[in-house]
Amino acid sequence: MSEVGIEVAPLPASTKRGSAWAAPAGAIGRSRERLGWLLILPSLVVVVIVALFPLFETFRLSLTNTRLASAREPRFVGFANYEALLAATSPFWGALRNTLEFTIASVALETILGMIVALVIHSNFKGRGMVRAAILVPWAIPTVVSASMWQWMYHDVFGVINDLLVNRLHILDQKVAWLANPATALPAIIAVDVWKTTPFMALLLLAGLQVIPGDVYEASTVDGANKWQQFWQITLPLIRPALLVALIFRTLDAFRVFDVIYVMKGEASETISLAVLARRELIGNAKLGAGSAISVLIFLCIAALVVLYTRMVRVEEL
Amino acid sequence: MATTVSPPRPRSTERDQAFVHTRRVNIGKLLGRVLFWLLIAFILVYTLFPFYWAIVSSLTFDSQLFNTPASYWPSKLDWSHYQYIFRNNDFLLALRNSTIVSVSTVAIALALGAIGAYALGRLRFRGRTIALYVILSMTMFPAVAILGSLFQMIRGDWLLHTPNIYNTLTALIVTYLTFTLPFTVWVLTNFFMAMPGELEEAALVDGAGPFRVFWQILLPLALPGLVTTGLLAFIAAWNEFLFALTFTNSADARTVQVAISQFAGRTQFDQPYANRMAASVVVTLPLIILVLIFQRRILAGLTTGAVKG
Repeated sequence: MSEVGIEVAPLPASTKRGSAWAAPAGAIGRSRERLGWLLILPSLVVVVIVALFPLFETFRLSLTNTRLASAREPRFVGFANYEALLAATSPFWGALRNTLEFTIASVALETILGMIVALVIHSNFKGRGMVRAAILVPWAIPTVVSASMWQWMYHDVFGVINDLLVNRLHILDQKVAWLANPATALPAIIAVDVWKTTPFMALLLLAGLQVIPGDVYEASTVDGANKWQQFWQITLPLIRPALLVALIFRTLDAFRVFDVIYVMKGEASETISLAVLARRELIGNAKLGAGSAISVLIFLCIAALVVLYTRMVRVEEL
Repeated sequence: MATTVSPPRPRSTERDQAFVHTRRVNIGKLLGRVLFWLLIAFILVYTLFPFYWAIVSSLTFDSQLFNTPASYWPSKLDWSHYQYIFRNNDFLLALRNSTIVSVSTVAIALALGAIGAYALGRLRFRGRTIALYVILSMTMFPAVAILGSLFQMIRGDWLLHTPNIYNTLTALIVTYLTFTLPFTVWVLTNFFMAMPGELEEAALVDGAGPFRVFWQILLPLALPGLVTTGLLAFIAAWNEFLFALTFTNSADARTVQVAISQFAGRTQFDQPYANRMAASVVVTLPLIILVLIFQRRILAGLTTGAVKG
């Protein structure tokens, strides 16, 4: 049997999503390409100067003993900064522990609470728009303001949280110095971050929920599934892409936490995060070399997560 | 022998059984509904109480602020805290600085971002994918990783020996581009890509060049996207803390976030919480109002690129 070869013409450019100028050949194509580069060049130049070059500088500085704003000639010291950083008595380990504790606890709580809120908003009820508007309020509040508000709420003598727990609801016997007590300080800060960021998680998860077609649920109801089964066997698997993207996004956000910790507890060692430590070394102690080493380590952790994230979003398919 | 036949036991009919079953299901449903509404009430209180408390505290007399037990509904309103902050030159200066910095950096980011997004979203050229990857990665760039280098560059202690712009608004406007520019490029690229091609084609057929197509057709269509992106970038710039804290050291250049964080009293015992809450409310209320007005657009913008569907 002879093969019937059917030539499949590539789809005409205009039916592809949006682009009207894909692959014209010859001079027009080349000038389009030049145009493309011309238009993206200013942005790339800015990004190189303001972000990529400084990043390169940070790597370079971490291998020197440069001091901030000093006339002293800096020397190349190889990995000495890193050795000092990773020594057993270095404050790095405490900061790393705090940062990991913060990240894991925040992201876990935000995901669970966010999922609950997303499910609530997703279901149809009167006043749903109002609830969705209400959860935008914590998101819109600046982190510094949120930290200030909660700091006042956490006040050991006059704070409203102690007032509620001790005076009104009689859940606790004594007022707790939430921020001053080293044991409760980090959990208290985690609670603030959870309050502020759960709405964002809820919205991301809600977007993922809204893509699931309703027929799937209807079919399962006909088959006799209850709500619990529906959640575990339909909702969760179908929301997995959105969930993973949200998780990675929030994890790398939590890992570089600075504002809420600095405003509520400054550089106190029981709550210090890697970012706060980096700034302390860079600016406070003017040790550009040592501080840059910390910055490099933070960057590498975040870079690993970013690689994961960009693969999930699948840029090529855009 | 007499056999007694006991009367048949009344058997529950099918109707009776259905009735009992429905009663049970109704109670179950009722319980479910009650729990649901309790959950909603809890969510509302949880999200809104802290801001409510900040407002209440800002309107409370100092003498009553430190009352125990606290009062949740002030009987009389004290406006003196708002008077204080609006008479405080440093605070007003900080408001001005924040506004200038945020508006400027967003304007630049939108201008550069729009044309860059046009290229990435509507044109095909070699290296497009790499550029997209770079831009997407930059949206998650950790600012603290470049804090030290930027500090040196701002002071002019680097390769190009630029003038020292430490403690100026320019320093903030430029460094804020680290996050505002990639963000605008990314969101606008997605926006441009979603636009239908027919209008462009019609214009091309009529002989319009790419610039005219951009100015007269795409840009007007993209206006809502520009507004949303601008708003989100503005909020990010307004809320920024690390760079503002590190690159300024006087009220001339301080932004409002730094000012609030430094609302300290003169002594250890002087805690101007009410003033701080008043400043917090003033700084936040416009944001909340903007966010509520542009809700739908913001929700769409936030989830662009984060969720594929």
